[in-house]
Amino acid sequence: MDQFFFAAEVLANGLMTGVMYALVALGFVLIFKASGVFNYAQGVLALFAALTLVGIQQGQIPFAHLINAAFGTSLHHFGWTVPAVLAIALTAGVMVALAFLIEKLVLQHLVGQEPIILFMATIGLAYFLEGLGDVMWGADIKTLDVGLPQGISDSIEGATAEWFGYGFFIDRLDIWATVIAALLVAALVAFAQYTKQGRAMRAVADDHQAALSVGISLRFIWVMVWSIAGFVALVAGIMWGTKSGVQFSLSLIALKALPVLMLGGFTSIPGAIVGGLIIGVGEKLFEFFIGPMVGGATENWFAYVLALIFLVFRPQGLFGERIIERV
Amino acid sequence: MKTKLTAFVLAGMVTAAPALADLVVPNLSYRTGPYGANGTQYADGFNDYFTLLNERDGGIGGEIIQVPECETAYNTEKGVECYEATKDTGALVYNPLSTGITYQLIPKVGVDKKVLYTPGYGRTSAKNGKVFEWVFNAPANYWDGASVAIKYLLEENGGDLSGKKIALVYHNSAYGKEPIRTLEELAAKHGFELNAIPVEAPGQEQKSQWLQIRRDKPDYVLMWGWGVMNQVAIQEAANIRFPMENFIGIWWAGSEIDVGPAGAGADGYKSLTFNGVGMDYPLYDDLKTHVLDTGKASQGGEHVGSAVYSRGMYAAVVIAEAIRKAQELAGTAQINPEQLREGFENLEISTERLAEIGLPDFGPEIALSCSNHGGSGMARIQQWDASAKTWNLITEFTEPDNEVLDPLIAADSEAYAKEAGITPRECN
Repeated sequence: MDQFFFAAEVLANGLMTGVMYALVALGFVLIFKASGVFNYAQGVLALFAALTLVGIQQGQIPFAHLINAAFGTSLHHFGWTVPAVLAIALTAGVMVALAFLIEKLVLQHLVGQEPIILFMATIGLAYFLEGLGDVMWGADIKTLDVGLPQGISDSIEGATAEWFGYGFFIDRLDIWATVIAALLVAALVAFAQYTKQGRAMRAVADDHQAALSVGISLRFIWVMVWSIAGFVALVAGIMWGTKSGVQFSLSLIALKALPVLMLGGFTSIPGAIVGGLIIGVGEKLFEFFIGPMVGGATENWFAYVLALIFLVFRPQGLFGERIIERV
Repeated sequence: MKTKLTAFVLAGMVTAAPALADLVVPNLSYRTGPYGANGTQYADGFNDYFTLLNERDGGIGGEIIQVPECETAYNTEKGVECYEATKDTGALVYNPLSTGITYQLIPKVGVDKKVLYTPGYGRTSAKNGKVFEWVFNAPANYWDGASVAIKYLLEENGGDLSGKKIALVYHNSAYGKEPIRTLEELAAKHGFELNAIPVEAPGQEQKSQWLQIRRDKPDYVLMWGWGVMNQVAIQEAANIRFPMENFIGIWWAGSEIDVGPAGAGADGYKSLTFNGVGMDYPLYDDLKTHVLDTGKASQGGEHVGSAVYSRGMYAAVVIAEAIRKAQELAGTAQINPEQLREGFENLEISTERLAEIGLPDFGPEIALSCSNHGGSGMARIQQWDASAKTWNLITEFTEPDNEVLDPLIAADSEAYAKEAGITPRECN
């Protein structure tokens, strides 16, 4: 019986982990949906956003290493700290500015180019942003604290212990991540459905040329979409960074989003969520049931196997738009 | 970026005009990528000690030490590229701070006749100098670490671990797998149950592993982690309320950056170490005078005194002492790698010598020989005080269980010798 409850606990935690994966996948979906660009830099955007948030919050002087090396100074901090909410708002502002710069300096010059060229540009962008983050804020591991609770939820553990005789472990951070992801998705869907800009974004996603012909500014839409993706990256960066500290391996969380995208489809916001949940649950249950028989550490590769299986039967992903090309 | 540029310029200088009269000790470092935070601190400590010797003493034996840096990003291919790019610049010794890179370099250094010094990492059985002529891994290796941890737990349990459950959470790589064989032998000897739990690199997500630990309720958890794996593991252990005093990491899971993100939750966490902690050593006065205050510290000196910085500095201390010994034996200050190898094989760093250097009780005594390239293997335990944000040493240096380790090292090194077609040397 204990084994059954443990499997249920693994399943619940898999769902929660899936939400964390979906948070990263959402950023990919938004940009791909609106511009057809697979944004390789999405993981680095999350890292850059988290680095900037901690830097602002702790009053760190950007480019301090560079300034010190050039002028022989020993500057590090302004000497103040910024409240979490204000720091998040300022970081969101930085991400909007970054989106504007990306559009101005990169995307604008590549309008009409093949998707593979745009993909290459995002690879370059990823490495540039990683280097920029390093130079701006330093390579140290930074503690991120925006007031989110962490650790076992006593109330869930107590309640499940009383009901089933087995206290479930659910991380309070994961509960928060789930709530925030739900709010984020609801806000994104509402934005896309009920606002003028949202409808323009959907029009661009459906057909660039048609959208342009009715006067929708492609530039504005791209800046807007990259800004939203930057904000989603900030949320993902906060969640993952709270857990492990903000460090350069954060950019690798993008690898966790790829199977989610393969499974859920590159163009569907609900697909990113459902894909995340399936990957989260699938990899955790596989590790639980099969992992011990094959030496463990199956999660990284099994997520891709699971995605491949779905891909074989539904190439566009669970919720992706079916690709029909008529001759 | 700045470091890369510096490394590039330095590498260019070395390539353009090899200063063969200088002592060249390339620093195969990693300041970028997922492991950059650890690599940066180690590289800074390594650089700063040689800068101190250059500034204060005019080098070693009157010879300036050059430390050209090459960025490996903890990537094995890049590490080998760095080795190839620097080996013809008069390089004496390599310390790549990566078990993966070490495994690739072991056959190469034998051919190129370069010394490979891998303190506390790399291939454990390289301790057998009869087989691994060019590799040194003093003062301790992973099997020493595993044994010292179990010895500590034996002491904590009145000498009896029978019936106890010990989990090993390990980085699923050559590095992380190193202690398994030793721990299996020790489990058989002492009657504890060992459960090895792998974590896929980089280790950002470890929920499954810690749910398993919560279910199995091991008495102790040992960890062989690196990079983000350490921070996440310590956080997850705190999340499931695993008693931190029963959680012991290897020395590579025992730095300030490993425990920082978990905050107060990391209080009481323990790790092995083979070097001292903090800045309460006379050497730091000299370092301040000659390196920090003169603006010559690597990366501005912001990591001075941290656990990983101290370990990088300690590696430089051992290399510098081996160079001194080599100069003494060769009767010349301008030594070559063969002479440095002799220096390592005759190296003796006594308690008194460490005190003279300004690092009393900083590391165990080291006495190497032709057959023993790994030293005594002594290590100690440190414990994290989250409120003071300091590591405190809680044991003296302890010897590993050589009765178990020696046959394992002999077997592994002999297997390597057979595989690589090496005839072991006859020496003591």
